[in-house]
Amino acid sequence: MATRIKDLPADEIVLSGNGACASCPSTLALRIVGKALGSNVVMLLTPSCTVASMGLTPQMAFNYPAMNVCFATAASSASGVMYSLEAQAMKGRLQGELPTVITWTGDGGTYDIGFQALSAAAERNDHFIHFCYNNEAYSNTGVQRSAATPAFAATTTTPGGKVEAKKNMPLLMLDHRVPYMATASLAYPADLYDKVVKAKSVKGLKYIEIFAPCYPGWRFESKDMIKLARLAVRSGVNLLWEAENGAITRFSHPTKGLVEGSSQPRGLEEYFEAQGRFKHVMTPERKEAFLSGVEAEIRAEMDLLRGRQV
Amino acid sequence: MSERLLETGCHAAALAVRSARVDVVAAYPITPQSSVVETVASMVEEGTLDCRFLPVEGEHSAMAACAGAIAAGARVFTATASQGLLYMHEVLHMVGGGRLPMVMANVNRAVFPPWALLVDHQDSLSQRDTAWMQMYVASVQEIYNAIIQGFRVAEGAQLPVMVNFDGFILSHCASGITVPDQEAIDAFLPPYEPLWRLDPANPSSYANVTATEYYGKHRAAIQRAHEAAKPLFIEAAASYRDHTGMWDGDLLELYKTEDAEVFIVAMGSMAAEAKLSADALRERGVKAGVVRIRVYRPFPVEALAEVLPEGAAAVVLERNYSFGLNSGILAVELKSALYGRKNLRIFDRVMGIGGQDLTWAYMARVVEDAINGKEATSWQHE
Repeated sequence: MATRIKDLPADEIVLSGNGACASCPSTLALRIVGKALGSNVVMLLTPSCTVASMGLTPQMAFNYPAMNVCFATAASSASGVMYSLEAQAMKGRLQGELPTVITWTGDGGTYDIGFQALSAAAERNDHFIHFCYNNEAYSNTGVQRSAATPAFAATTTTPGGKVEAKKNMPLLMLDHRVPYMATASLAYPADLYDKVVKAKSVKGLKYIEIFAPCYPGWRFESKDMIKLARLAVRSGVNLLWEAENGAITRFSHPTKGLVEGSSQPRGLEEYFEAQGRFKHVMTPERKEAFLSGVEAEIRAEMDLLRGRQV
Repeated sequence: MSERLLETGCHAAALAVRSARVDVVAAYPITPQSSVVETVASMVEEGTLDCRFLPVEGEHSAMAACAGAIAAGARVFTATASQGLLYMHEVLHMVGGGRLPMVMANVNRAVFPPWALLVDHQDSLSQRDTAWMQMYVASVQEIYNAIIQGFRVAEGAQLPVMVNFDGFILSHCASGITVPDQEAIDAFLPPYEPLWRLDPANPSSYANVTATEYYGKHRAAIQRAHEAAKPLFIEAAASYRDHTGMWDGDLLELYKTEDAEVFIVAMGSMAAEAKLSADALRERGVKAGVVRIRVYRPFPVEALAEVLPEGAAAVVLERNYSFGLNSGILAVELKSALYGRKNLRIFDRVMGIGGQDLTWAYMARVVEDAINGKEATSWQHE
């Protein structure tokens, strides 16, 4: 039975007075994650929008013990924390349920500089949850391209539009055969909540990627953040699924309908029209070819994921 | 009962990890490494070392995992060498600047390029300003002793300690060592009581962004902690002698310095060899002694100023270059430390680079040439 949004706990780990942008997707995502995890959590953060907005020491906007670590080291730092807690429990110095160890990273800290450490932690199957809020660029530092930036998107390091396709990070994690992983969307917060609750209950390395439309980075109106997130899911740009040990176990609504063919992708044009970063390809001359290219990619991705089901 | 064993330096380091009751070892065994890590891993698997071993995929991750493990409240150790140490550099700053007390064994080995396997001190001296404390040891026994002492000082000063020992000369050569009774070590090194930890019952941020004012205060506190660590090293060496009967020196190790007029200043195994050079020089009528710098960071400024008399000659023999300064790093430090305190004739001789063999006879000749004003011929590679 899926949780409904009005059933989410009232607990807040994101405190008032943080420095995030209006409608910041990472901050909202963290609110929902906090509701799912409860208070017994240790959090590791790499440089990101979240670090830039969590408040200056001696203040902090999160109600978790939160350690900032070097950019490449989210996963290795989390492994260190977990081994430490386990060693102390083994020696009788810590009693009771050990805290849930989580990393909180952007796409840069996951797809790019953090990839090696994450891959290694997944291979060791270390016991923590790696979160990636994917806003498809280095938004904190001025919107530079990352490996998660989609083709044609303009960033400050790809002013004419990115030439290369984005790295398929969820598929790479699927092929690490981690015990649990999921993709999620802010437009479907109860689905995100359920996935985090599930991740907390699984032993080993869990990977959760949250699609995070970023209004300054993508150049849309801040009031449309959830709308963009929803359009991304309905159009098939952001496919929502869960996997265990290398096999997809479930597609979430409405991705399930798209994958099974009972509903059709919609809103692709509206999704891209709303974003300034695609303005140069959403012209009368280029739009049709661009959108049909994206549609073909979405179909190919759905074919691929269908083949990876249990 | 203490044990008398024949061990390599690497194995002695692993034995110290066991004696220190380390909770977590996170390490990568290559780039290049020594047999410290594999020995630790074997001990854990055999059940003779009660700790969690985290086999990471590289040294950058190794040091990051150590940082996380200390912050969560454990006593932590790692080992590395050469390129591995260089690869850790960013995270060394985090652990040093972050005031995370741990001990790392570094097997001093020459840095790339070209590839070389043997000893010099370029690797660890390149990490000088990472806020780590650094010890340089001169025997296999001292590797064991310094790691145990290192934990006590690290935890007292809230700063990490790097125990450096010479590749192959100490790391791979076996020597007789004494492993004291565990009760003696436990009495010397009580269980780790972290001052703070990542604790959900007490949420706080660690190493978060801060204003310039706080940043500056934090960095100044690191410097004060280094100064405050000097008496801790002295106290730890004395207490260790009380508990185990063993003595390697404290900040310095001195040999025949009381009446000396010529002082050989060196670090690591070459300083042990230099004792024979001093003896040989004395036979030739040169009143020589040896000052072995055992603790390089914090730099023992006061201790050096005390032992080196006005007007004496100090010949610094060192296995590193400070490129662009036509000098080694240690001589620069010595001159800087003594400036305004003591006026000495200080000579610098870079030697033993990349593991080139240093005999007592060679070092004695270099010292003699230096004090007799022979400049160029004493540089080994010219």
